[in-house]
Amino acid sequence: MTASDEKSGQKEIFAQGNEAVVEGALLSGCSFFAGYPITPSTEIAEGMSGRLPRTENGVFIQMEDEIASMGAIIGASLAGRKAMTATSGPGFSLMQEHIGYACMAEIPLVLVNVMRGGPSTGLPTSPAQGDVQQARWGTHGDHPIIVLSASDVQECLTMTVTAFNFAEKYRTPVILLLDEITAHTREKITVPDPSELTIFSRVTPTMPPEWYIPYEETMRGVPTMPPLGYGYRYHVTGLTHDDHGYPTSRPKEVKDFMERIFRKIDQYFYDIQLVQEIDTEDAEVCVVSFGCVARAAELAVQQARESGLKAGLLKLKTLFPFPRPAVEKMARQCKTLVVPEMNMGQVSREIKRVNQNQSQITTLNRVDGKTITPAEILKLIQKG
Amino acid sequence: MAEVTKLIHRYLRHSKKFPHVYCPGCGHGIVLGSLIRSIHALNLKKDDVVLVAGIGCSGRMAVYVDFNTVHTTHGRALSFATGIKLANPRLKVIAVMGDGDAMSIGGNHLIHAARRNIGVTALILNNGIYGMTGGQSSCTTPQDSFSSTAPFGHMEHDFDLVKLTEACKANFVARTTVMHAKQMDKMLTTAIDQRGFNLVEVMTPCHTQYGRKNGFKTIVDMYKWYQKSAVQYEKYLNLPEEKRQGCFPIGVFSDNDQPGLEERYEELRRSLAGGDDK
Repeated sequence: MTASDEKSGQKEIFAQGNEAVVEGALLSGCSFFAGYPITPSTEIAEGMSGRLPRTENGVFIQMEDEIASMGAIIGASLAGRKAMTATSGPGFSLMQEHIGYACMAEIPLVLVNVMRGGPSTGLPTSPAQGDVQQARWGTHGDHPIIVLSASDVQECLTMTVTAFNFAEKYRTPVILLLDEITAHTREKITVPDPSELTIFSRVTPTMPPEWYIPYEETMRGVPTMPPLGYGYRYHVTGLTHDDHGYPTSRPKEVKDFMERIFRKIDQYFYDIQLVQEIDTEDAEVCVVSFGCVARAAELAVQQARESGLKAGLLKLKTLFPFPRPAVEKMARQCKTLVVPEMNMGQVSREIKRVNQNQSQITTLNRVDGKTITPAEILKLIQKG
Repeated sequence: MAEVTKLIHRYLRHSKKFPHVYCPGCGHGIVLGSLIRSIHALNLKKDDVVLVAGIGCSGRMAVYVDFNTVHTTHGRALSFATGIKLANPRLKVIAVMGDGDAMSIGGNHLIHAARRNIGVTALILNNGIYGMTGGQSSCTTPQDSFSSTAPFGHMEHDFDLVKLTEACKANFVARTTVMHAKQMDKMLTTAIDQRGFNLVEVMTPCHTQYGRKNGFKTIVDMYKWYQKSAVQYEKYLNLPEEKRQGCFPIGVFSDNDQPGLEERYEELRRSLAGGDDK
């Protein structure tokens, strides 16, 4: 970090992706971090440990494992804090239980998973993108979740802010998937002045406590959330509960609850779906990509254009809920969709599902711990 | 209605659908009664109390009482409690757990919460069995006794929670049984009032899942067994080794007054804000 940290206003810093996450979190009002060391995510914990105690009521704690880290941030979030943790592969697996709890109890929190090669201890710490489907479906049971990604250092900052905003707005855990390359690349970024950002905080109840119904059905589908200890005493549980928070197994109440937690994400789909289109207007071949691979794809598309090929790039910033309309549009328009990714096809299977045989899908999968190069992608664009 | 029942009713949630989940003769109700009396004796506001519970029969305790209640995941109650206490040190955080909950699946969180001396009261209801799932062995099932997963007798040693948490330098470590309700009241009042990590282990009978498999004809036999085998710590120390067989000590085993982690953290923030930043 640079010496200009404490000054207000926009500033330029030379930072790696993990450090940009720290900047983004602090700009979002994150005041609680609990984590456990694991490469390649550790710089986020290190950054937070130095910064949070210098803020008014910031707390950093290194927990005994990743399960406890998630437990601590859920507790802190219930007590009214914007809270986050960061981890990588094996730690992400350990966190799955509490991701489910956070979905069930509707706890706003941000979890950054810096992907490395797996499964198990795998490739510490070469880059990979193998946790995409785990981020969506890793915890047991049907649940809605928001999964975001970032492909450069600046985006690490902005997507962290977005992650906090979504978490607070929709009372849900948000997973930010980075990869080792994005997290460890150093480049110049702009840290915006806090006044330039739109920051959301959860809606707290304003009615008298005796009128408060903790999980009341509303049009928004997102219940208000009081911090513990301010008069709104209610029951929080990982059991399926009724609108008062009490455990229930009555089919009607269970159905209403499950439908509401899905609806609260689904009905805001267009707010949550974030993609970036580059040169797609007249594209005949479109690369669909995310994370560090999207950067290689951007260069490949540029080179293809220079040689006269009608290539474009659809960069997915939101991975789940899957940005179906954006992909469908390209599937209708293009002859071929090229899907390069550093896994065995976790995003391409979503694209195939959405494509419905409208265009040809070309996949490029690399799981050897090496990044996908622009030349590899360009070759596929040229094939058409 | 007896005075004491009236008092307990003041702290129950009347919007909750009763009846409760506990079997006839279960000791958990006695512990909940004691907890309520202690909170009342300390004159705490309901809003300032957070009851965090794990999973199991003891975990269900939270839903019945009118505090801020958080029913967490199996074994992880202390990690939630740590987050809540650090996020808002003003709150009185009490974590209620069972033996399997706190010591088997949650053993790691227990030793680290004790080591950190986080300002949480851990109330552990030890019935030596997994009650809710049907009477399987836990890490505190007495050696050679029977359970549904130890039909030929439990081969392993049982955990001594007191020794474990003492070694981790928790502020306050105490043990009692449901047959010693007044002692329990006193211990819980001290534990909740004091700073740092305070642990109270309560031996409570599960006749349904443990007693019936181990030769206790009625629940009363189990209560009598606790009465007979629990020996006050001071007396226990003077017992000759052969007389200690089949007995366990109860009482306060350690009582320190070290600042909790959240206090030390606030101190750090103050010193950094004050500019004496090294």
